[in-house]
Amino acid sequence: MNRVVQAFLYAAFAAFIGYLSVAPAYQYADPELAVIKLSLNHAADRVEQCTKLTAQQINERAMKGEPINECERARLPLTVELEVDGTTVLSLAAVPSGLWNDGPASVYERLAVDAGVHTITARLRDSARETGWDYEYSEEVDLAPGRYFTVTFRAENGGFAFR
Amino acid sequence: MELIKRFLVRAFARFEAVFEYAFGQRNTPFACLGALGWYFYWIVAATGIYLYIFFDTGITDAYASVEYMTHDQWYAAGVMRSLHRYASDALVVVVVLHIFREFAFDRLRGRRFFAWLTGVPLLAFIYLCGLSGYWLVWDQLAQYIAVATTEWLDTLPVFGEPIANNFLNSTTLGGRFFTLMVFIHIFGPLFMLLLMWVHIQRHSGARVNPPRPLAIGTLGVLVVLSLVFPAVSQGPADLDVVPAELGFDWFYLAAYPLLDFVPGGQLWLYVFAAFALLAVLPWIPPAKRVPAAVVNLENCNGCTRCFDDCPFSAITMVPRTDGRAYESEPVVNVNQCTSCGICAGACPTSTPFRRSGPLQPGIELPHRSIANIRDELMAGADKARVVVFACDAGDTDKLEQGGTKVIRLPCVGMLPPSFVDFVLARHHAAGVMIAGCAEGDCHHRLGNEWTIERTARRRDPYLRQRVDERRLCLSWLARGSSRRRQRVLDEFRAALSEIDDE
Repeated sequence: MNRVVQAFLYAAFAAFIGYLSVAPAYQYADPELAVIKLSLNHAADRVEQCTKLTAQQINERAMKGEPINECERARLPLTVELEVDGTTVLSLAAVPSGLWNDGPASVYERLAVDAGVHTITARLRDSARETGWDYEYSEEVDLAPGRYFTVTFRAENGGFAFR
Repeated sequence: MELIKRFLVRAFARFEAVFEYAFGQRNTPFACLGALGWYFYWIVAATGIYLYIFFDTGITDAYASVEYMTHDQWYAAGVMRSLHRYASDALVVVVVLHIFREFAFDRLRGRRFFAWLTGVPLLAFIYLCGLSGYWLVWDQLAQYIAVATTEWLDTLPVFGEPIANNFLNSTTLGGRFFTLMVFIHIFGPLFMLLLMWVHIQRHSGARVNPPRPLAIGTLGVLVVLSLVFPAVSQGPADLDVVPAELGFDWFYLAAYPLLDFVPGGQLWLYVFAAFALLAVLPWIPPAKRVPAAVVNLENCNGCTRCFDDCPFSAITMVPRTDGRAYESEPVVNVNQCTSCGICAGACPTSTPFRRSGPLQPGIELPHRSIANIRDELMAGADKARVVVFACDAGDTDKLEQGGTKVIRLPCVGMLPPSFVDFVLARHHAAGVMIAGCAEGDCHHRLGNEWTIERTARRRDPYLRQRVDERRLCLSWLARGSSRRRQRVLDEFRAALSEIDDE
């Protein structure tokens, strides 16, 4: 048994634990950049629109125990686009959730952009239309370095919200 | 696989030699990594209970309460916080070393798979508890962990709405997830303790406490570290601000930076694959099936020594079934028996002196019987100067030369002390060397400990008083110490010559 070597090993152990518990530092993001977070959860239209039944038809079907909707459960994918100063930085089609693709589709994305004044445009298509957008919002914003800028969407609130 | 193990054994041997020199064989940390894991767990648990007294479990006040502990009550709660962190980090270190070492020394295959397999979920629990703990501080690191973890979790096709939305910005922040983390951080360790108990179920007399000098030294060094370099928070979390540079605990967060390069789903795949690989390692390749110990009831008097000495709880004592006037008889659980033969070494009927009838003890290994060992000893032993009873797991290949007869056993604990007496009393050799694993680090857990106790006449079966202890050499060395072993043998031979000259 050697006390000196023992003390050295204890010190090395402490240094090893103490150092790696906080260092080396991890550079998660560039402090000069701003980060845009796009998050939305929205149910697109159904692939096939439901036939509108009259109150009497609904009643009759309910009495017979038949389904009161006459349409497929599956929904369309959500098409989402994000543009910064006229350049498309994100374009994707989000698949509806659920085993039968009948749930809402979710989008969560993080994008680093230069800080400063930008025109940000967010677009969303939740119907079967082939051109154009169901929701679109554009705003000139001043993105501060090292801060998040969030783009969210609530159809009931009228669409996109920038913060 | 064998190549990897051989490389690791060599690496451990070199590394451990330094620790053995500093701490002595009995107190070296490498011989009790599992026990150190238990020890760190208790430090973390005790300090955690203290911290919980002052911790505010609401997300809005959590940071302030941790700051109070760190700065206003630095002398008590502050030290506790640092100890809590450093002991958690030390726990990861010893557990990782424990995994590599048990793998390298092949202590996971065959009937020893149980401890390994139950250890795999334990590893996941350590990380779950550690990460949830960092979350509770609710500083910038906690914010990063919360966002990165939920984003990573969202890549699993499980959640409807992204759970990362809980941390989208300061307006979406709610206490729901935080409360869940508090819950996980309290009940996770409790469940972990249950798993730790299961982990050692097939080990009789499992070591859950490190040697006292090591325990005191380790705690002391962690306290000093806590005082000199206290754990502090990294500024309050603000979900509107991007945490740019973070002081990172690499023991718990080493995998997180990978998320910058690897898609989350792919990283999950790697993590699951790594855990699956860990879980199946005991069967890569499958161990050769060695017969379990068998009981010969006609020679068993139910003395319970085999039951007491079995290191893997493979023997139970049940009421006698053969009508003889003994109270009980041993029954071997073949699924737990590792065929170490320690039970045969403990049996009072395992004596080579026996003349009446065949040498068949009350319990023994069918493939390595006591009679078989005596026959091997008798065959040419008279020409030997030293008889070495060596453990199969040790490096004893080069010992067999120049008047040394090496008899290999699955474990030196299989050797009944009467064999030492037999060799010396019948003049089969001038001396006996028992060459086993390092003290406290027996491949079969307790073989060398029982041998030390038996030859010191403190444990049944005792070494007979008439044995001249100078002619018995006990050599406990770690694997990879063949040169040192040879040196010990040479010194013993020289000592024997001196005795003969007297």
